[in-house]
Amino acid sequence: MKTTTIYPELQTDGPKTTLLRRILNTPSLLAGSIMFAVLILLAVFIPYLSPYDPTEQNLSAFLQPPSAEHWLGTDQLGRDLFTRLIYAARTDLTIMVLAEIIPFCTGIFLGMVAGYYGKWVDNVITLITDTFIAFPFYLIVIIVAFASGAGQRGIYITFILVGWIVFARVVRGLSASFREQEWIASARTLGLSGPRIILRHLLPNVLPQAVVVLMTDMVGLLVAIVTLGYLGIGIAPPTPDWGTMIADGQSFISTAWWLSAVPGFAVVYTGIALSLVGDGLADLWRKK
Amino acid sequence: MATTPVLEIEDLTLTAKTQEVLVKDVSFSLNQGESLGLVGESGSGKSLTLRAVLGLLPRGIEQTGGVIRSAADSAMVFQDPRGALDPLCPVVKQVAEVVYYRQRLSRKASRAAALELLHMLGLPDSLRKTDRYPGQLSGGQCQRIVIAMALACKPGILLCDEPTTALDVTVQKQIMETVGRLQQELGFAMIFVTHNLAVAAAMCSRLAVMKKGEIVEQGSTLSVLQEPQNPYTQMLINSVLPVPELAPEGSGVLWT
Amino acid sequence: MMMPGKLQGSAAGNRTSYSWLTAALIRAAVVILCVMTAVFFLIRIVPGDPAKMILGEYSTPEAIAAMHHTLGLDLPLWEQFIRFVKLLFTSGDTGNSIVSGTSTRVLIAERAPVTMLLIGMACVIAIVIALLLATVAATNKDKLADHLIRIFPAITLGMPIFWVGILFIMLLSVRLRWFPVGGVGEGWSGMLYSLTLPAVTVAFSQIPTLVRSLRAQMLEVLESDFVVTLRAARIPGRVILFKHVLRNSALPTLMLLGVNISYLIGGTLVVEQVFGIKGIGSLLFTSISNRDFPVIQGIALYCAVSVVIISLLVEILAKWLDPRTKGTR
Repeated sequence: MKTTTIYPELQTDGPKTTLLRRILNTPSLLAGSIMFAVLILLAVFIPYLSPYDPTEQNLSAFLQPPSAEHWLGTDQLGRDLFTRLIYAARTDLTIMVLAEIIPFCTGIFLGMVAGYYGKWVDNVITLITDTFIAFPFYLIVIIVAFASGAGQRGIYITFILVGWIVFARVVRGLSASFREQEWIASARTLGLSGPRIILRHLLPNVLPQAVVVLMTDMVGLLVAIVTLGYLGIGIAPPTPDWGTMIADGQSFISTAWWLSAVPGFAVVYTGIALSLVGDGLADLWRKK
Repeated sequence: MATTPVLEIEDLTLTAKTQEVLVKDVSFSLNQGESLGLVGESGSGKSLTLRAVLGLLPRGIEQTGGVIRSAADSAMVFQDPRGALDPLCPVVKQVAEVVYYRQRLSRKASRAAALELLHMLGLPDSLRKTDRYPGQLSGGQCQRIVIAMALACKPGILLCDEPTTALDVTVQKQIMETVGRLQQELGFAMIFVTHNLAVAAAMCSRLAVMKKGEIVEQGSTLSVLQEPQNPYTQMLINSVLPVPELAPEGSGVLWT
Repeated sequence: MMMPGKLQGSAAGNRTSYSWLTAALIRAAVVILCVMTAVFFLIRIVPGDPAKMILGEYSTPEAIAAMHHTLGLDLPLWEQFIRFVKLLFTSGDTGNSIVSGTSTRVLIAERAPVTMLLIGMACVIAIVIALLLATVAATNKDKLADHLIRIFPAITLGMPIFWVGILFIMLLSVRLRWFPVGGVGEGWSGMLYSLTLPAVTVAFSQIPTLVRSLRAQMLEVLESDFVVTLRAARIPGRVILFKHVLRNSALPTLMLLGVNISYLIGGTLVVEQVFGIKGIGSLLFTSISNRDFPVIQGIALYCAVSVVIISLLVEILAKWLDPRTKGTR
């Protein structure tokens, strides 16, 4: 049986409207992708681009203002800020992407199951999400990250525990509305089993929306990683991380304000790139 | 009956931002106390013509030609009575607010005048004691409130945009009777927009038939109905079954 | 059919209005029970032995056994749970602090007022600024001001709240010296003054979401039929905007704030740390560095229960304020 989707244009792509052309016609997607690609390229090639080591201290040249030698100056231990900034992107972006994989999958799965089956399955899953949502996001992130031990392992455990909620809620709503639509009902009367309908018909339809949510959720996750770093229960020094960099710079805000400001701008930059990609994808799938 | 025109429209043209012409070269005039029925299918530009007279064209639509000369204030009655009222504002207060800003009475006098209007429109006196929200009233009652708000403007011209379409058939008749009675009492001129030829014929002494943004035929109700010149008018007449009994021309008396 | 002479009864609506209230109360109660269970299991499902975390890796087995006894971890799980629930219902407590021996409830009650004041101020600031920006954006749709305000959320989405706080300190406290760098001032006015910048910081994180949905809400109201009616009746534009449009947009704002209260509390905890405010947030971080499990549990529990209760109150308030739910339709 053919898969039915609510975005028929995805399947009827003729030779005239290639995917590339449609991406080029969506300015926000294009801009966001370029912004993100620049960051990724920098992060990948930074060992060849910078003569400095991100962790090597040089106490004879500490707290230097931006110069030709040190584009963004140096920190309190004489490390080149620009080099550390990009190495931190490596750390933070890798964790951001990896930590999102499991929550994304479990969230979509639970959301579809809850939305499609309804009744007690839905009630149980909704009760669990309601319970999690009652805890302020940062409170639960801080406590779980602390309890499962500082460092990267704690971050992964935290997001496996709490990250799926967002996706489950969005997908549950979508699935419940699709369930009421005729094509699902007709698939059911044709005798298709629940798991089959969920995988073949529901999944392709909820996936685009889930990916759009993924983009903004990644921004939230990145901000959470950075916040944990700032609070000293995330990535441990000397591994470069935007959060710890901001925390280290906070002691020098009256003399070297850029130490705290610049890593924050890096987070904001990534946030803008990802939300542009998210908006662009939503546009791309919504209309032709 | 006086014959000074209170409203004259010449070659009115309305265009959307997409350059699509929605109303083209529409001309008609309206005498004091007269009622004109503007008939046509949905999308023929009737409602837009009314909005232009009112000076409240929807976003993205502009008047690109023609003149509207109006010698009197106009007020409007809308199609969906529930949507036309602020759901969070008690109804008497809404009418009183219009009285307050249009007739420049004190707050207290405004409320009294509003209650007077509601009484005139046959709304229950219990509103005097307990004010109600639009959601607590029936569709017909809401439409009476909307009419009261329009009348609170003391209009020389009442613009009715399909005021009965969203209502039950029996309520439709009551509303039409009320509007007809008020027109006789207060003597305002009226443009009655509807897609229902029978309703227009019962309410109005003159008819103008619109199709695709243009007036294809206009004249006295009787002549338009009895000797339609345009095939489209003929089609509209044929689609009304049965044709209602008509009172003699110009008497303004409604369905009997 | 409804005769014009009769009004539809409003009493019929009451029957349904009580059933939703019961349902909402039951739902809130069940979620609170789940929250309690979650808090209980919180320190038991995560890897690692709490006693070891408190005493350090190289502690003696005897010390660990003693700590297990203090924490009640030597009892069977179900007995621990019953003790936990019993303590909670009899004294609203999650045990005594391992460090100071003071009851958790007392510790939280000491710190709560500052945090609550901060949250309240942040709420007020967020609503005022969001309403202002949304009104400007909605009334200038597709013009420059609207575009600028609409870019705002995309930029602020990726702003860590603590970093925003640091920027504010840099600019407004260090450079311009308008506000103190941190801490809480003496007396009412000193307190309000010193909490202004932290409150603005917390509000800042809420404003984008609020503006985005308020703007959409206001546009919907501005284009609704009743606004056309009011404009047709030549009611002055400012009266339409302030009396009718704003009021119709206010209810959804209230609901939105109820949904976001959880984020607001979380943000406040972090911002307290940036500004050195001795509230619940700093209690949380002290307890975390001291590995003071009962206090951490207590904070989690009180925050989550407050969120559930505030959401419930907002839901009730919104229903109560909305006349549409009072009558039959």
